[in-house]
Amino acid sequence: MICVEGVSHSIGKTEILHDISVEIPKGKVTALVGPNGAGKSTLLSLIGRLMPLQSGRISVDGADTVQTPSRDLARLMAILSQTNTLGSRLRVRELVAFGRWPHHQGRPTAEDVQQVNDALVALDLIALGDRFLEALSGGQRQRAFIAMALAQGADWLLLDEPLAALDMAFARRIMAQLVTLRAAGRSVVVVVHDINHAAVWADHIVAMKAGRIAAEGPPQAVCTSKVLGDIYGMDLRVTEIDGKPLVLHHL
Amino acid sequence: MRPTLILIGLLMPLTAASLLIGAAGIGMTGLFSDPHMALIMTVSRLPRTLAVILTGAALAVAGVVMQQMVRNRFVEPGTTGTAESAALGLLAVTLIAPEAPIWIKMVVASLAAMAGTALFLQLIRRLPPREFLLVPVVGLILSGVLGAVVTFIGWQTDLLQLISIWLMTGEFSGVIAGRYELLWLAAGAAALAWFAADQFSILSLGRETTTGLGLNPDAVMRLGLVVVSVVTALVIVTVGMIPFVGLVVPNIVARRMGDNLRRTLPVTAAGGATLVLACDILGRLVRFPYEVPVGTILGVVGSAIFLWLLYREPSGG
Amino acid sequence: MDRRLTALTGALVVACAAYLFWGLGPRWQFILGLRAPKLAGMLLVGAAIAVATMVFQTLCRNRVLTPQIMGFDALYILMQTALVAGLGVGGYAGLSLSAKFGIEVVFMTLAALMLFGTLLGRGTQDIARLVLTGVIFGVMFRSFSGFLARIIDPNAFAVVQAASFASFTAIEPALLPVTGALCIGTIGVALWMAPRLDVLALGQPIAVSLGLAHDRLVIVALIMVAVLVSVATALVGPIAFFGLLVSGLAHELTGSARHARLLPMAILVGCLMLVIGQTLFERFLGLQSTLSVVIEFAGGVFFLWLLLKGRMR
Repeated sequence: MICVEGVSHSIGKTEILHDISVEIPKGKVTALVGPNGAGKSTLLSLIGRLMPLQSGRISVDGADTVQTPSRDLARLMAILSQTNTLGSRLRVRELVAFGRWPHHQGRPTAEDVQQVNDALVALDLIALGDRFLEALSGGQRQRAFIAMALAQGADWLLLDEPLAALDMAFARRIMAQLVTLRAAGRSVVVVVHDINHAAVWADHIVAMKAGRIAAEGPPQAVCTSKVLGDIYGMDLRVTEIDGKPLVLHHL
Repeated sequence: MRPTLILIGLLMPLTAASLLIGAAGIGMTGLFSDPHMALIMTVSRLPRTLAVILTGAALAVAGVVMQQMVRNRFVEPGTTGTAESAALGLLAVTLIAPEAPIWIKMVVASLAAMAGTALFLQLIRRLPPREFLLVPVVGLILSGVLGAVVTFIGWQTDLLQLISIWLMTGEFSGVIAGRYELLWLAAGAAALAWFAADQFSILSLGRETTTGLGLNPDAVMRLGLVVVSVVTALVIVTVGMIPFVGLVVPNIVARRMGDNLRRTLPVTAAGGATLVLACDILGRLVRFPYEVPVGTILGVVGSAIFLWLLYREPSGG
Repeated sequence: MDRRLTALTGALVVACAAYLFWGLGPRWQFILGLRAPKLAGMLLVGAAIAVATMVFQTLCRNRVLTPQIMGFDALYILMQTALVAGLGVGGYAGLSLSAKFGIEVVFMTLAALMLFGTLLGRGTQDIARLVLTGVIFGVMFRSFSGFLARIIDPNAFAVVQAASFASFTAIEPALLPVTGALCIGTIGVALWMAPRLDVLALGQPIAVSLGLAHDRLVIVALIMVAVLVSVATALVGPIAFFGLLVSGLAHELTGSARHARLLPMAILVGCLMLVIGQTLFERFLGLQSTLSVVIEFAGGVFFLWLLLKGRMR
């Protein structure tokens, strides 16, 4: 379980998060949703200790993100942030192989090679393995970064908008992949832009608005026209297909 | 109009101070009775003060014209190879025809400056458009390459001393009547920029827009090239390069008043004059009666101002 | 790729031998005594600049930057001038070379950490601002050195002026033991840290996510850069674009992003260029003390070419 207690965060004079407390269940796919500027990415970055915690406390499976050595945390959770610009010219396979770094610190074993291969297969990247990242399309590059997070083999996978730049087919495939991971006993926290990916694939939804938690619960509870309409400030129709809520936000 | 008033309010007392400060004391009362004092005033102080004002104004204008041409705020003639090319031309004349009159030197230096600046413009045209950071970097490296050539030749011919004044530490202590008048031409070139101010403003909107508005972007570019090169070459020939004026002043002015050159150019010119004059006076006072070159003072003051500009706003620019 | 490393190593050995033994003549002991320290100095400088540039580029995640472009060598010259200002010309001359060098390196490292540590530490996205800051700092330090020099003694300016042009012939033999030890030690650490530098190159979010002690590593890397630049600048003076030339060639030659390959390649390229260049200059062209200028020229041109070919991304 990820425990966030009393976390506030400001950049300069602007307060991004206001005293947030939330629990993210283990063994589930949790989606973080909300309008632009709600603080989703900031919250995820704080959980993933990418930014220093200003106030409050965050723990992952009981391990305090401030106290626990970073290397131990790396085997507990993998985080993929939104902006991924590389300084070096890397091939896809090389990048994904870096996901195994917390385990071998520079000396990969056969097990590590196997894990990298599995991640490449999972994201259909085998054929692209020897291409340079800069020679890939945005979506292909995004898949390579997801594969890298996957290869890290951590219990928790934190992904910030992994579906950005992906086409429909791959977006659905990634979400399905995340559900498979859950079946394998891992936990996933994912920031998604399209509410329907959360509605259809997530087990648990945390909705944020203006730096506060606006709603949380299973998709059926959060994805109602009342709750979402309040959060996004627009009129929404919600229908149901195959027992899953579907938000008709285009209409 | 307020910035103009403030600048004039600053420039007047600075001018008076510049006329009075120097190794030889000058008093208001003695000026008219003592022929020696009057001589110092007309031969040394007045020409020097005028030279400082003209240089500052011309360099600031050249800076803003350069920035409009390149559509990048972080360039000035001193960081785009212009100054180094002018020095190269000047060096060539000095070596080949040391006895040549100064106007020949000036013409050659101007032509060389144009060639170097044109090379820079060609280079950055081939950069990917969104890499705006690479523009000043390319300029700095081109400056470095050309500077290396100048240094190499200077080394072989024992002219290094001269070169370091041309390129970095311009100073006004050697200015006397008869040796600064070329700077009026530099001011003339800057004034030319004012008449074409609207064209430069339009050019900074992009080639497509410029063409769409019925202007020939290449013609405007050529005009800008002439202004920038002539100003730089003349300043180098007479007093030596002074860094940062062309960078700092236009940036501050654009921040306060925007980029409508027709409105801002006079303010930019006055700002350049004020900054250089203040630094020149400072250089005279710091180690009285010796002088610290204005180029050195501006290197310190100008870079401090520039860093302040850079970090005052969160990002972008 | 390993074949290339071997070939370059061989070439370096040959070049060193040629530099040492070519045209020795009858007074060979004397000549050799002159040449050996110079050669050692060149090798140190070549390796130091190569490693400093590679590590620095990894830190900034940018292949167009060098510590020199970011004003590191100007900082070193400023330190030196400040030392003269602080101690007076007499006190400065009284210091032993190694003490002087030690003080300079310590101050330089502290200053570099203060200036660039905060800029680089938080995985700064705004590279444009970073570069400009560095460049401006460079001009500022240089001007400030000139300013200080004139304040101390209006005539001593020539001394600072002389110090701002690099020269490979003026290597001070007495500095070699200290600088050599520092340089070799630092390069050893860099090679040992090569795998961690690979991760650092991926950027702060990924590096932290992979459990790397990111901020600490940035500080260590900055210290290494500061030490190596001090060494190189103390020996020959400031050289701005040589590092670019070396790192650019090393990238072209290895085609890899792994520091375990890149660093040795860069070291070899750097040493080889200096030794061959100096041999050519001294023995064939009969020119003195201008190699640095030619290297600046070549480095700048090569860099512009790379940039325009779009190989910098």
